[in-house]
Amino acid sequence: MKIDKNTINKIARLSRIKLDDKESEDYIKDLNSILDWVEQLNEVNTENVEPLSNISSSILPKREDVSNDTNSSEEILENAPDKLEGFFAVPKVVE
Amino acid sequence: MSKSSLKQTLKDLDSKKISIRELNQDNLKRIKEKDNLNVFIHFSEENVLKQIDNLEKDNSAKKLKGIPIAIKDLFCTKSMPTTAASKILENFNPTYESFVTQKLLDEGSIFVGKTNLDEFAMGSATNTSFFGNTINPLSKENEPLAPGGSSGGSAAAVAADLCLGATGTDTGGSIRQPASFCGVVGIKPTYGLCSRWGIAAFASSLDQAGIFSHNVEDASILLQSIAGFDQRDSTSAKIDIPNYFENLDDDLNGKTVGIPKEYSIDGTPMEISQIWEDAIKVLEKKGVKIKNISLPHTKYALPTYYIIAPAEASSNLARYDGVKYGFRSEEIDSLDEMYENTRAQGFGREVKRRILIGTYVLSAGYYDAYYLKAQKVRKLIADDFNKAFKECDFIVTPTAPSAAFPLNEKQNDPIKMYLNDVFTVPASLAGLPGISIPFGKDKNNLPLGIQILGKHFDEQQVFNAAVSLERSYE
Repeated sequence: MKIDKNTINKIARLSRIKLDDKESEDYIKDLNSILDWVEQLNEVNTENVEPLSNISSSILPKREDVSNDTNSSEEILENAPDKLEGFFAVPKVVE
Repeated sequence: MSKSSLKQTLKDLDSKKISIRELNQDNLKRIKEKDNLNVFIHFSEENVLKQIDNLEKDNSAKKLKGIPIAIKDLFCTKSMPTTAASKILENFNPTYESFVTQKLLDEGSIFVGKTNLDEFAMGSATNTSFFGNTINPLSKENEPLAPGGSSGGSAAAVAADLCLGATGTDTGGSIRQPASFCGVVGIKPTYGLCSRWGIAAFASSLDQAGIFSHNVEDASILLQSIAGFDQRDSTSAKIDIPNYFENLDDDLNGKTVGIPKEYSIDGTPMEISQIWEDAIKVLEKKGVKIKNISLPHTKYALPTYYIIAPAEASSNLARYDGVKYGFRSEEIDSLDEMYENTRAQGFGREVKRRILIGTYVLSAGYYDAYYLKAQKVRKLIADDFNKAFKECDFIVTPTAPSAAFPLNEKQNDPIKMYLNDVFTVPASLAGLPGISIPFGKDKNNLPLGIQILGKHFDEQQVFNAAVSLERSYE
């Protein structure tokens, strides 16, 4: 088993997702079965194969290095669950 | 199909046989009648009427003036909320318009509503949506079928005649598979043809916008409208977009079609093998040379995809933190609590599963074994296609391993659900254009789909083969 209780807690913490005990158990089962299944990739010889990260065959053009102003802070803040004097507001982080 | 086509409707509008208002009021009536299918996450009659009013005052000529189009609720729209079918974006009202929807607005189309999808486009049945299932319009009473997914709402909107075309996105099959399930045409173009700007990101190296329509001609008109270069998407291709519709040519004489042997998979229903054979026979009669090809790494495409897509998703979905937009939990004693509770309550089960698996395969000590390995296998899969396309002009396969299945089937076992994408994922990994067209029925009279794949940016060849098959089937 690749994923145990400790591992799932660690991943959940890295992902900033709170899991209850029932969910943790379900995800341990799911993730282990998925990881067992993807294990078959080890059959493939990938020696000297370059990893592919961008599939596009077209040449990606550069844009001109000029500044532009596309957003106002008002627009950016429009959907914020909480805001204060032109800033996003979050729970207090320093006492 | 008796449904009116986009091409015919444009003619009728032009000759004043119908008005924009009549066309759209008819359409509104059907939308209200089909309310039970749960096709739309957002629909407002008032908003549609406002668009009609504005277009009536507009005297300029526009290519899609007055044409009702449905928009997958993954595209940001200024005039309508955008949810990605997630609770976490429940109250999100974009202050900007996506590239694709802006193009459609510039050409005068009318947005009828935002269609349902799997949450953040993660699913194959439109059953992971926070806003409930969409029902396949081809279902019999009391036997609801899934419309496929993730763009199930858009496929259903076209199938139920609630629009003359719809936008979708396809990461591993999310346009082609629902098109097959709902008996409509769906095209995913080459990666980079349509800008991803303003589309809620799932897996950025795979995500691509595309079109649903009643027929291939309509798809060729609409795809041209949404394609094009955009500097706000760093992978957007700077190429000239052909007039696919004007260039349509159903004469395939002298072309070569590739038939990949690896797509004959054990357990595929007879009916699906049968329509595949039928399609090959039709092509042969049209003077197409049949070439048996091999794509040896096909069986590794799904596991490769289910490493790469969740990895990219875990990174893309980090932005939903309850600070900038959307839902924020009430339980916020500290900043970390706020993040963890917001994401726990805001995301659904499948999305969380993919974020967790993506985080794992990217985490220290596992990156090389999973993510890097998958990227290398992805290269081999892309190379398979490159080699094959030296010997053929296009490739023909089935679209999906089944017809539409009953709603809520296949939910418990994630791997079984992922197998829906077995024929669509390889081309996604290779960034190739692919179309699904209805071709034949199963024993329950449900539509089956044939998939045509082409070379990078050879959408024209894909459309030509598709229109040729479509015309011989009708």
